[in-house]
Amino acid sequence: MDGAPLRVPQGASAAAAVLLAGADAIRETPVSGAPRLPYCMMGVCFDCLAEIDGTANRQACLVPVAPGMRIARQRGARVAFGG
Amino acid sequence: MSTDLAIIGAGPAGMAAAIEAAALGLSVAVIDENPAPGGQIFRGVERAGGDPALGPDYAEGLALARAFRAAPIAYHPATALWHLDPEEGHLSLDGAPDLTARRVLLATGAQERPVPIPGWTLPGVMTAGAAQILLKTAGMVPVGRTVLAGQGPLLHLLAAQLGRAGASPVLILETTPPGRRRAALAKGGFWAGRRLLAKGLGLLAETRAIPRHCAVTGLRAEGRNRVERIAWEGGSARCDTLLLHEGVIPATHIPLALGLEMRWDPVQQCWHPAVDAYGASSHPNVAVAGDGAGIGGWEAAVAAGHLAALDAARRLGRLAAEDFAGRARPWLRRRREALALRPFLDALYAPAPASIPDTTIACRCEEVTAGQIRAAARLGATGPNQMKAYLRCGMGPCQGRLCGTTVAALIAEARGSTAETVGLYRPRAPYKPITVGALARL
Ligand code: FES
Repeated sequence: MDGAPLRVPQGASAAAAVLLAGADAIRETPVSGAPRLPYCMMGVCFDCLAEIDGTANRQACLVPVAPGMRIARQRGARVAFGG
Repeated sequence: MSTDLAIIGAGPAGMAAAIEAAALGLSVAVIDENPAPGGQIFRGVERAGGDPALGPDYAEGLALARAFRAAPIAYHPATALWHLDPEEGHLSLDGAPDLTARRVLLATGAQERPVPIPGWTLPGVMTAGAAQILLKTAGMVPVGRTVLAGQGPLLHLLAAQLGRAGASPVLILETTPPGRRRAALAKGGFWAGRRLLAKGLGLLAETRAIPRHCAVTGLRAEGRNRVERIAWEGGSARCDTLLLHEGVIPATHIPLALGLEMRWDPVQQCWHPAVDAYGASSHPNVAVAGDGAGIGGWEAAVAAGHLAALDAARRLGRLAAEDFAGRARPWLRRRREALALRPFLDALYAPAPASIPDTTIACRCEEVTAGQIRAAARLGATGPNQMKAYLRCGMGPCQGRLCGTTVAALIAEARGSTAETVGLYRPRAPYKPITVGALARL
């Protein structure tokens, strides 16, 4: 996560991995920049949005971790170009 | 690809419907956004089905998941439905090729009711369901001082499960108002619902040693960049993880987007699609089964799945009317039994009348406060859809899934109306975020 290696149990989602890493936030909101961590873990709240393997705005709670996966936190709003 | 029946969701209702429909000779496709079957209640059941911390019900889900895997079903896990055209039966999918289906069954289950208290957006505040999912899928428990706050069967189940996993909560704050128990007891249903009732009483006994406060009001999560304390009217406690729960409500996102006829549940203060005994909705090609059609729990959902599959087979000319009645009867009975205790539970755990402070965030995505919504409602926003234009609430990434009921209740309160009258957001496709690439491939 954010470049640091992390071991997680099989079956964990990317959102679970972020919690296990003890991260203080998975994203900072586009409106006020407030830190957020996953809230519902079931695909409803979208507070787990993260950049996973280069794709932004993915619901980390719905993505199972895989070896070598890269999870990066999102700061503020996304830009409409790139990758 | 074309199929007789497309089922959205691989929880108890979706799995049961798929097994039944395949046995009746229908071609069946199941689309589910999770990576494995089970839905939320049996999340990760194939991995953790035998975990004693999760209890015997969870093991029953394992049998269902195994039967589902063994049946001739085109199963598409980790796949999102982002648009459905019910007239043409066309399903736009992200994660699998698009599908055409003669009939569509929505088995999208429930979500937890939002609990908009001050500080609920702080890191460290999660839903009780979220903690349960972490336990089921990764064997994870929160470290430090965990506090459970709210009400409903899941709160007690989770307290017991965390205890069995060696991470017992330090405090339970129950919000059920005084006097509810008496009103609920008047609903009866105990003999038919005795098995469920025994289970509930067992959980209460198991968690008896955990300190608890009852009829708690004025909950607020406090902390700078993370929750550090939980406070309530008359007390406060240190807290590293706060798990909130005020019951579950049907996930209405897709039914609302399709414009299905909806019904208001005045006791549970939530909406559900109008369906007949077999799950048929107001649209001739669409059915809804399980908690998504009204909260009933997993056993009722299994029965509803079977009934919806039988109805699909009948409508598609694969099951004669006389066979249908005979096969439906046992499932109708099982569902009645499974629902026997519902009136009691619904009355006991009806949402407590809460007054949300003006500074509390109602829409987490766009960070819109209760006070802003009240002010806009007084200015003239008559319903949630107008409120989008005023404040953007419901227009963030969750598309109003989480704030819908809160915003409607706040508008109703400010305008002296009812949540039933002000209605709900009308969501639009894409139901889930998709990449530009996925759109370009159309
Ligand atoms: S944590 Fe709520 S959508 Fe992922």
